[in-house]
Amino acid sequence: METREDAAVPLSFELNGETVAVRAAPAARLLDVLRGPCGRTGTKEGCGEGECGACSVLVDGRVVNACLYAALDVEGCRVTTIEGLHDGAGGPSALQRAFVTLGGTQCGFCTPGMIVAAEALLAANPDPAADDIRGALRGNLCRCTGYVQIVEAVRSAAAARRAGADAARAAAGAPS
Amino acid sequence: MSAARDAAGRTWVGRAVDRPDGADKAAGRTLYIHDITRPGMLHGKVKFSADAHARIKRIDTSRAERLPGVRAVITAENTPQIRIGFLRDNVVLKGEKVRQFRDEIAAVAAVDAATAAAAVELIDVEYEPLPGVFSPDEALAEGAPLVHETAPDGTPLTTNAMSLTFGHESGDMEAGMRAAVHVAEGTYSTPLIQQSCMGTAGCIAEFDTAGNLRIVAKTQIPFLAQRDFTRILPALGLAGRTVRVIVPALGGGFGTGLDTHPYEYISILLAWRTGRPVKIVYDRAEEFACLSPRQSSVTRVTQGCDAAGRLTFRRIDVVQDNGAYAAWGATYPSVMLLPATSLYRVPAVSFKAQLVYTNNPYCQAMRGYGNPEVTWPIESTLDDLAQAAGVDPLEMRLRNCNEPGEVTPMDLRVTTCGLRECLEKTGESLGWSEKRGRGSAPPADGARAHLRRGVGLASLIHVGGGGKIYRSDGSGIILKADDFGSVNVSYGGVEMGQGLHAALSVAVADAVGVRPENVVVNQTDTATCPWDVGTHASRGAFMACNAALLAAEKLRARIFAAAEDVYAEEVARNVAKARRRDASCEPPPPDVVAGARAADFDLRDGRLFLRERPADELTSVEFGRLLRAIHFRDAGTVFAVDAFYEPPTELPDWERGMGNLSANYAYGTQGAEVEVDTETGEVRILRMAAAHDVGRVLHPTALKGQIYGALAQGIGYALYEEVRTERGRVVNAGFTDYKIPTACEMDFPIDLHFVETNDPSGPFGAKGVGEPGLVPTAPAIANAIHDAVGVRITDLPITPERVLAALRAKRGEA
Repeated sequence: METREDAAVPLSFELNGETVAVRAAPAARLLDVLRGPCGRTGTKEGCGEGECGACSVLVDGRVVNACLYAALDVEGCRVTTIEGLHDGAGGPSALQRAFVTLGGTQCGFCTPGMIVAAEALLAANPDPAADDIRGALRGNLCRCTGYVQIVEAVRSAAAARRAGADAARAAAGAPS
Repeated sequence: MSAARDAAGRTWVGRAVDRPDGADKAAGRTLYIHDITRPGMLHGKVKFSADAHARIKRIDTSRAERLPGVRAVITAENTPQIRIGFLRDNVVLKGEKVRQFRDEIAAVAAVDAATAAAAVELIDVEYEPLPGVFSPDEALAEGAPLVHETAPDGTPLTTNAMSLTFGHESGDMEAGMRAAVHVAEGTYSTPLIQQSCMGTAGCIAEFDTAGNLRIVAKTQIPFLAQRDFTRILPALGLAGRTVRVIVPALGGGFGTGLDTHPYEYISILLAWRTGRPVKIVYDRAEEFACLSPRQSSVTRVTQGCDAAGRLTFRRIDVVQDNGAYAAWGATYPSVMLLPATSLYRVPAVSFKAQLVYTNNPYCQAMRGYGNPEVTWPIESTLDDLAQAAGVDPLEMRLRNCNEPGEVTPMDLRVTTCGLRECLEKTGESLGWSEKRGRGSAPPADGARAHLRRGVGLASLIHVGGGGKIYRSDGSGIILKADDFGSVNVSYGGVEMGQGLHAALSVAVADAVGVRPENVVVNQTDTATCPWDVGTHASRGAFMACNAALLAAEKLRARIFAAAEDVYAEEVARNVAKARRRDASCEPPPPDVVAGARAADFDLRDGRLFLRERPADELTSVEFGRLLRAIHFRDAGTVFAVDAFYEPPTELPDWERGMGNLSANYAYGTQGAEVEVDTETGEVRILRMAAAHDVGRVLHPTALKGQIYGALAQGIGYALYEEVRTERGRVVNAGFTDYKIPTACEMDFPIDLHFVETNDPSGPFGAKGVGEPGLVPTAPAIANAIHDAVGVRITDLPITPERVLAALRAKRGEA
């Protein structure tokens, strides 16, 4: 009998800045490759049908539901999971700090996907209004928070990032 | 953060300290059941029934057994019979008859989840269909088929009515009805809804060589689960062996963890059969269709008032569709009694609840536990009554408001009560006096003439100081001070996202006298934590922090007594060190140091000092250094103290509905301003206000999250959530067809008010707050809809179809 392992093919991509080489079956979901052979369990499975967003990851900067994404489609791509979203020195990012400080996380199961989706939003729109944030996070379900403190956390993190960017520009002597 | 103390002497309680579990959650490092593996672990999968009511004629597992990778297939044939549920009416693996679509018939353990899933599909079951009953009306009809032909003890049954009895009669009902000048009545229904934890249910069971069970379980009742699992060991030939329940991080609870579930016993049976750890995790479709939802109910309510709008009587009859088996959720009426008897002052009350077995999925607990089901009709008919009496609904509620010190018809002894302030604050937030009753006026813009706005409000009473439904409502705690000045907390309640550990860490910090980052709350483990009845009834923070206060007092007393022996030496070290920096440094008076006794010491923010010299560095000793000095010497010692807090409450007499089951009661009012589209029936929320009597704020961020989150669940319950079934089969088992609120639905301002009544029973004055936030949400919205368009909706969820139908009926188009 043929097992799934026999059918697996090599797959190589960049995960959180590191090159990884694994084997994946043609039908494998990106979610299973991340949580299984890659050992990155921060990405959660909440529904398996693209409705809850707990498995949100970035593929070349774009938010996707890893539960619906074919693993082999990330060949050669840059994949970012919650584990890759730190401040560059292994500490929490502005979003992660704000989620903790302002009550954006409760049970925490939706939090990784929520932060990944918010990261993509802030990359595209550094100064989102509350409605922009709600719109960007509408694919990420949360049953604990009622979203109020999540939206506050994203706004606060956006402000912190803008201030940080301003400070960096000032330090570099660039015109603001 | 600076560590100033407030007037009540608290440094950390009431402050928005980062919650201790937050950083790992935001980094994706927290381990849920889905993330945990064990060496050699197998994956289990359950074969569920394909019929709602049928005899099982044959189960053929041979094809599944032959599938490579399968390690065990179990059925009722090859395992001991295990009965579960508090009525023992649910056999884990069904061999003779299925009573609901989700009945467990067989299970597989395989080397991976995909193989287990494939194997389950290879199990053939032949059924002989039986006629079923899919509503309480059908189930109670003459000659209806019986869901259970016999009681667990073999006694023949003749009805689907359950034997559980909940009732209440108080006051002079005849006099109350005679005194009523105005009467309002109605029949209200609530739907089946799903708790919708983002992290689905699951467990990993394994046995050690001696036959002791270790189970990692997504539960809210680790100690009752330990008892339940221990009870089945004799059937496995393991009498006398032990059970250890370990609780992982929970991806939400909301009541789903208040019972032990068939899948947990199946995991145990598979582990016992294979000798390997076995994990079962539900996928989302299983979570919807095979984990018990919240009961549906139908409530008939009648209330009357005198000419001045004072309530004279209230009658409530509830029928609850329990589904095929009894989980703890079958005891919802125990909590329904609170709003029925004690929400506002009513001199005569009658309450009856009838629970019925049907062939629908069996139901279990969800947040609020019967309270929303009954508050919805009470608060809806109260608005009708106000209208009949010509009294403003807010004024009506104020005239009947509960007050501190009252004893209610069910003998609840009210300590503090902030309901009046909750009502007033909600009214202010909504702009009640300007907006109420103006609903028919269309907004100025003519293009929006089909839109109507209205405001409404509703209140709640809930247990705020534990809820005694078991022979002990207590909680144990252990505080262990380590060599590094940290306090390790072992507590038996469960953090499931609500912020228990956040509240506990600031409470322990203040109670012991250390900083919150030096409080380490351990994951719940029955092997290391003392007994706790369970994290339900909004009791977690109330119980844990009260227990912590008792233990902290003991810990401080022991440490201060031991400090007498080492204190002078430690101060001498301070002096020597200071002198090396500054030779002219003046030492403290020798008699002050040498004569320091336990009563002279205080501990705050990790520093021991003399009460008389709080700011003096020379006479203060860092906590960790002090502990090491006491530990590492001749006849040294370490500190671990325990305490058990049992609240001063009583187990009610449920048949009479009497008894003071909680140490205090939480009150609150929520208000809504809505806009109703009279062409589509859609309801848009423009603003909500929520004023809650919380006793005292322990942790503001966690508290806000509890209220905002519950309110969002209340909105889902009010407007769109419903598990739909067709002859017992769940037809919307996923988030595609079962909608919970997204961020876009929560796009309106919410005014939160915390009314601090400083309850004498509460830790630092705090009451429990976990559930109240979803209790009055639906009637507040329904009352606002009535204010806007003059229709009374009596069935949840309030869908556009129902609003449109009501509008048409009002216009006489029915």
